[in-house]
Amino acid sequence: MAVFSGHNIDCVRGERQVLSGATFSLESGAALVLRGANGSGKSTLLRLMAGLMRPVAGAITWDGEDIADDPHEHNRRIAYIGHADAVKPALSVTENVSFWSELSGAGGMRATEALTALGIGHLADLPARYLSAGQRRRVTLTRMLTSGAPLWLLDEPTTALDQDTSDALRGLIDRHLASGGMAVISTHTDLGLASSGLLTLGAAS
Amino acid sequence: MNAVSVLFRREMRLAMRQSADSVMVIAFFVIAVVLFPFGVGPEPNMLARIGPGVIWVAALLAAMLSMDRMFMGDYEDGSLELLVLSPVALEFVVLVKVLAHWLTTGLPLIVTAPLLFVMMNVPTEIWPVLLMTLLLGTPVLSLLGSVGAALVLGARRGGVLLSLLVLPLLIPVLIFAVGSGDAVLYGTGAKANLMLLGGVLLGSLALTPWAAAQALREAVA
Repeated sequence: MAVFSGHNIDCVRGERQVLSGATFSLESGAALVLRGANGSGKSTLLRLMAGLMRPVAGAITWDGEDIADDPHEHNRRIAYIGHADAVKPALSVTENVSFWSELSGAGGMRATEALTALGIGHLADLPARYLSAGQRRRVTLTRMLTSGAPLWLLDEPTTALDQDTSDALRGLIDRHLASGGMAVISTHTDLGLASSGLLTLGAAS
Repeated sequence: MNAVSVLFRREMRLAMRQSADSVMVIAFFVIAVVLFPFGVGPEPNMLARIGPGVIWVAALLAAMLSMDRMFMGDYEDGSLELLVLSPVALEFVVLVKVLAHWLTTGLPLIVTAPLLFVMMNVPTEIWPVLLMTLLLGTPVLSLLGSVGAALVLGARRGGVLLSLLVLPLLIPVLIFAVGSGDAVLYGTGAKANLMLLGGVLLGSLALTPWAAAQALREAVA
């Protein structure tokens, strides 16, 4: 049973302290929902968890080992969905999806299955430049399914999604948790996950 | 290794679908050189004298045009963060991007060059050596350009800044390349110049991927 935790994390961006003393702990099969006002550091915390940034103080650990000690190993464990969609307009939907899954040498769902799971199987051959914002978001979300990674880091995953897809997303996250995965989700809307902890980030000074 | 080839195929596919970018570089290269006979007059000996230098300078400037886009697209749409998190070492990501950039700008420049040799009345006996300098020199443009392109991510007017950063570093390449042609004409042989160019190429091949990768990590942090 894996444990992903962070202790007393401080983070400074520019001159501003974005996080001070953030602490969390997460076990296999559990989700952590990040709440907080705009600018309270939700995205920053997710980027720290992904290893894109290093905390100024405190440490983020996986089974007791600092994730900064072996970044390559940590990269294999995570599927990070940030604000940006990382969808290339010049490529088709399938090409976009299978690029990321092949690049990570994925052990997760196949591209077509992932597209179907998010309800855009019929768009597979369309050039991505013709997608709507919500459809592009769904293409982005396929990455967490194809990656086969145990830890999903989702930054506002429901942005631009319609109600049905949000529900489908909740189902996918629940299934991921039921099979022993973990998820950290920053959101303003209540996803209503079966088992989740809550971390409310206050506006740091 | 498989992941590297996946990345390479994606880069080439993107480049092919946006081939207008490469065409623009070549068009700029040709037009920049064609302007010289109008500017300095059509006297054949004069053109032959300045030809190699003009062609090389135009190639440098043309390569600059496409340089800032090497990482820009991936930076803006968030792909760069994911590439940093991918199992491929970032140094290899840089090398793949450089290779794709060279194949889509450097190589077409070399193919176009003989046309401009004719136009500038470059003596045929130095054609092979000039093509050789382009073959050794254009990869250096892509390699050093990758460091500049990674450094200017997030900067306003990055393209201009990039030229200011990279062009001075390319002066040695220009000197050895144009010097090779002169050396053949003076009968001293271009071997020394070509070996120096080769040295610059190997040196930048060894050093720039690390520098560019570090700059990319800073850019996404």
